[in-house]
Amino acid sequence: MIKTLSKYIGEFKADSIKTPLFMVMEVIVEMLIPLAMASIIDDGVGAGDMRHILLMGGVMLVLALVGLYAGIMGGKYGARASAGFARNLRDGMYTNIQTFSFSNIDKFSTAGLVTRLTTDVTNIQNAYQMLLRLCARSPISLIVAMVMAFLINAKVASIYLVAIAFLTVVIFLMMGKTRKYFDAVFKKYDDLNASVQENVTAQRVVKAFVREDYEIDKFHKASNNIYSMFLKAEGMIANVSPIMNFTIYACILTISWVGAKLIVGGELTTGELMSLLTYCMTILMNLMMLAMIFVMMTMSVASAKRIVEVLDEKPDITNPETPVFTVENGSIDFEHVTFRYDSNSEKPVLSDINLNIRSGETIGILGATGSSKTSLVNLISRLYDASEGSVSVGGRNVKDYDLEALRDQVSVVLQKNVLFSGTILDNLRWGDENATLEDCKRACELACADEFIEKMPQKYETHIEQGGNNVSGGQKQRLCIARALLKKPKVLILDDSTSAVDTATDAKIRKAFATEIPDTTKIIIAQRISSIKDADRIIVIDNGAIDAVGTHDELLSNNAIYKDIYEAQTGGNRDFDENGGEQ
Amino acid sequence: MPGPGSRRQFGGQKVENPGKVFMQIIRYVMKNYAFRFILVFVCIMISTFAMVRGTMFQRTLIDEYIAPMVKAVAAGNSPDFSGLLAEIGRVALMYGVAVLAVFVQNKTMIYISQGTLRNLRNDMFEHMEKLPIKYFDTHSHGDIMSIYTNDIDTLRQMISQSIPQVFSSVITIVAVLTSMFILSVPLTLVTLLMVGLMMFFSTKILSKSGKYFIEQQKDLGKVNGYIEEMMSGQKVVKVFCHEDKSLEEFRELNNKLFDSAYNANKFANIMAPVNAQLGNLSYVVCAIVGGILALTGFGGFTVGALASFLTYNRSFNMPISQVSQQFNSIVMALAGGKRVFDLIAQEPEADDGYVALVNAKEVDGEIVETTEHTGMWAWKHVHQADKSVTYVPLKGEIVMDGVDFGYSDEKMVLHDIKLFAKPGQKIAFVGSTGAGKTTITNLINRFYDIQDGKIRFDGINVNKIKKGDLRRSLGMVLQDTHLFTATVRENIRFGKLDATDEEVEAAAKLAGADNFIRQLPDGYDTVLTGDGANLSQGQRQLLSIARAAVADPPALILDEATSSIDTRTERLVQEGMDSLMKGRTTFVIAHRLSTVQNSDCIMVLEQGKIIERGTHEELLSQKGKYYQLYSGSSPA
Repeated sequence: MIKTLSKYIGEFKADSIKTPLFMVMEVIVEMLIPLAMASIIDDGVGAGDMRHILLMGGVMLVLALVGLYAGIMGGKYGARASAGFARNLRDGMYTNIQTFSFSNIDKFSTAGLVTRLTTDVTNIQNAYQMLLRLCARSPISLIVAMVMAFLINAKVASIYLVAIAFLTVVIFLMMGKTRKYFDAVFKKYDDLNASVQENVTAQRVVKAFVREDYEIDKFHKASNNIYSMFLKAEGMIANVSPIMNFTIYACILTISWVGAKLIVGGELTTGELMSLLTYCMTILMNLMMLAMIFVMMTMSVASAKRIVEVLDEKPDITNPETPVFTVENGSIDFEHVTFRYDSNSEKPVLSDINLNIRSGETIGILGATGSSKTSLVNLISRLYDASEGSVSVGGRNVKDYDLEALRDQVSVVLQKNVLFSGTILDNLRWGDENATLEDCKRACELACADEFIEKMPQKYETHIEQGGNNVSGGQKQRLCIARALLKKPKVLILDDSTSAVDTATDAKIRKAFATEIPDTTKIIIAQRISSIKDADRIIVIDNGAIDAVGTHDELLSNNAIYKDIYEAQTGGNRDFDENGGEQ
Repeated sequence: MPGPGSRRQFGGQKVENPGKVFMQIIRYVMKNYAFRFILVFVCIMISTFAMVRGTMFQRTLIDEYIAPMVKAVAAGNSPDFSGLLAEIGRVALMYGVAVLAVFVQNKTMIYISQGTLRNLRNDMFEHMEKLPIKYFDTHSHGDIMSIYTNDIDTLRQMISQSIPQVFSSVITIVAVLTSMFILSVPLTLVTLLMVGLMMFFSTKILSKSGKYFIEQQKDLGKVNGYIEEMMSGQKVVKVFCHEDKSLEEFRELNNKLFDSAYNANKFANIMAPVNAQLGNLSYVVCAIVGGILALTGFGGFTVGALASFLTYNRSFNMPISQVSQQFNSIVMALAGGKRVFDLIAQEPEADDGYVALVNAKEVDGEIVETTEHTGMWAWKHVHQADKSVTYVPLKGEIVMDGVDFGYSDEKMVLHDIKLFAKPGQKIAFVGSTGAGKTTITNLINRFYDIQDGKIRFDGINVNKIKKGDLRRSLGMVLQDTHLFTATVRENIRFGKLDATDEEVEAAAKLAGADNFIRQLPDGYDTVLTGDGANLSQGQRQLLSIARAAVADPPALILDEATSSIDTRTERLVQEGMDSLMKGRTTFVIAHRLSTVQNSDCIMVLEQGKIIERGTHEELLSQKGKYYQLYSGSSPA
């Protein structure tokens, strides 16, 4: 894990090394200053030597300047190294996510990826900065202070050893327990937030069933639960500072007593005693810091794990070594194709599919929800790879093509489609970056989107909000179709893409396809029979297998499933606004 | 809809009235924890006093015990340690009290901070549940979520750390300052001068770092929003080979975040060394001036006094730099606090209704109220004039008369809606998207209030009916299904909390959901998470139908309730739906012909107006819009 992460320090390696070096420099100054202070008191004030006071004052001044420089540089490099590390981690994850195939994307939830890229990275950034600034500083100042103390007087200094031993044992015993509590707390905390989110999004349901009090009750229970767990976890930490205080005070008093005896015995000077007292604070404070670093590190391990998961995720669909860049035509062939989303699952999603589609053909696909229609077409543009058998486009196995070239020629309008924030034109140009306004207008005409765009006050410059929330479902679908058309693909796949478009417009779009882009192979998945009735061939899918292939009339006479759906839709179960009857 | 965490804005905006927000936070803490809060302050005073007194001890140790003893030894006498021992004993006692005080302070502070956070969360949630639907429709859900997470977190930091820290620092400053004045006025003035210098630099640095911290929050928000949008559209990005473009845009935002994060942290990091070295400078200046004073014996200033003074000088610098380090988190907490209190201050949904829905039974032809569930309901109408009570049996007659409605007063979306639903009738709404079908149903259950006209339920103006009772009498199945993180059984039981397992299963059978539920890993006890993410949209709709069925409401609103259920499954559900609708006044919005066709009345809506109404046959013979939609022919 550390190996993976450390790669992303990258160009901030120098900063990462400089930071602790400057911090060490600062520590050394910090250690020397009490010596100078002691000297001012002992040899200056005590001896009545004003010159010595001035001299040492000068020394302190220089030291202070050096310390200032080191501190500022350490702060600067530390900030740069940690902010840079964070940037690289975000960049690394984002870059890797861009190489993910659909099945990689399916593994992570959107919310999960967002947290990993933001909160988790921030945690690591803070931990890293703390590590750089304190990892060298704390142990070194601890050791230097110890050495100094021993140099002054070993007898007194040995008191510290006892204190350190005592604190180390107590703190680490407590930290172990605390971590367990915190792990549990954070999990509960996520649950609480999930329940808030549910109530925000499902407020209509809560209100419709008048369940406000019920939900409040549920929330109270959860929040009280968290409250009592936090009390336990933080209650443990609350013990640390009184214990710390106790140790420091005990040290001060012991040193005072022992020191007094030694001074009286002539073995120690007053100034030295003062220095020893100062070191006492330094040593114990730094011990505290080390304990805190330890806690921070263990708490950021969870975040680090989540980040590494994304960084280490290998895309399972990659470009071939010598890719083919041109797609000859829009013919599609499935040969003994079997597909499973998870290689361990027993039952395949698609089994032994054989299918030959000629270039320019219009194909309708029909089947119940969950019959794997979408899975079938996703194999064509290599959004997933077939588990067995081969899928070819233009006479070549899809695995031979450059991914971008293939996906440019096989344009899919996804069932769950998304528009992005930006103008309508921005969104359309996803299909073709260099499309002129004229190109865009033409695509919109084909998709019957121009009629409503022209009615908008700002027409093609109208701003689309995130997710396309300011256009209706039917309008969104038509924009998505136009966007896909702009690629001028050889194969166009519409995956239930006109479900929210009214029947008449749906028919108009299909008519435009037939006359305007006759050479493009068109594959239409639909629930409505009317959407696919006129297709050259219709494929009926049932339970991951092809049940029948044929024209509308053929299927009506010889396929039970098709007949059943047809009758259902022309009977009571058809859409009331459907172009019914045989006219 | 943006998910959690998008567009976090705290820190991005300046708090207009920081003092007011600060007092609001303090008042909130004091409301429940006044005694404990004061206890904490007392404890802080004790421990701070002990610390300051401890520093004094160093002077007494040297001046009053060690120096005389050294002299005594030099004079050949044996030193007397008993006085020192007694003094150490006294100080130890004081330290003991101080340690106890720190302990009590810390433990109490946890109760206060965690308790306050719990209360805030509970208050926020309780209040949120009472807010009108309009609030949820007009606020980004990500924003609401971030109040519960980010903003609350900033307050935790402030209550548990910043306030006690600042308080103890202020006490330390006052106590040390007093002791310093007692020891030497001129040296104190020198120290103060240096403090002035420290404050000057601190504010300079703080204003810089504050600016960058605010910028960092803004940039973080932007990165967050971008990731959120792109991740939810990642499959589209793949299909359009837009990876490089999206990476490029991301890099730009990411680099900006790096810049602001770097600068914010840089200035925050610089603060400590600057203060520390200025502190050292102050020490040197005091040592020199003090040295001169002590050597000239000015005003009886002794060496021991100088030693103590220098120690005070050190302990004086510490609290000042501690206060300045709390500054950034206080600024963030004030921004967060403002958003928390803004949520709590939101106007809750008003409910002036006084007509209640009660269980009823008929005794000798009279309707009387009863506590048991009889299957018969009545509206209990307490007349305001003479407090007399009348009971109107619930029949399910719903009348809309001349109803105008708009989400804002400027733009009306529904005009002069009139409809009359007799008990048990089925009323269908048809029309294109955006015609106002869903809006009408939102008015019947008063998710929104109308601008003009009347809506009556069994002859009672719905404004007079308690909202809860009104909604209880209307079962709703929405197009956007929402399920909760709980078992399937609990999700169905949401419709009627005291439903038995048998009732739950009967409702599921009615809705045609029983079959697939039994195939789930734990059947009815399967836990659904993430809004039922592991179910298909059609299955989720079946569950929400079951949820409405178990509630057994007198009236039903079905808004595209079966839109995602495939044709064959729907036929299986049809029977159940028919029996569910039987005897209940039902409003349906649907595309399926079967649902619309046998309605008692069909309303055709266009641009917020009812343009045609009648039965299927009547509308067809009119050859108007309905006929046109139905047959697909152009208007005659």
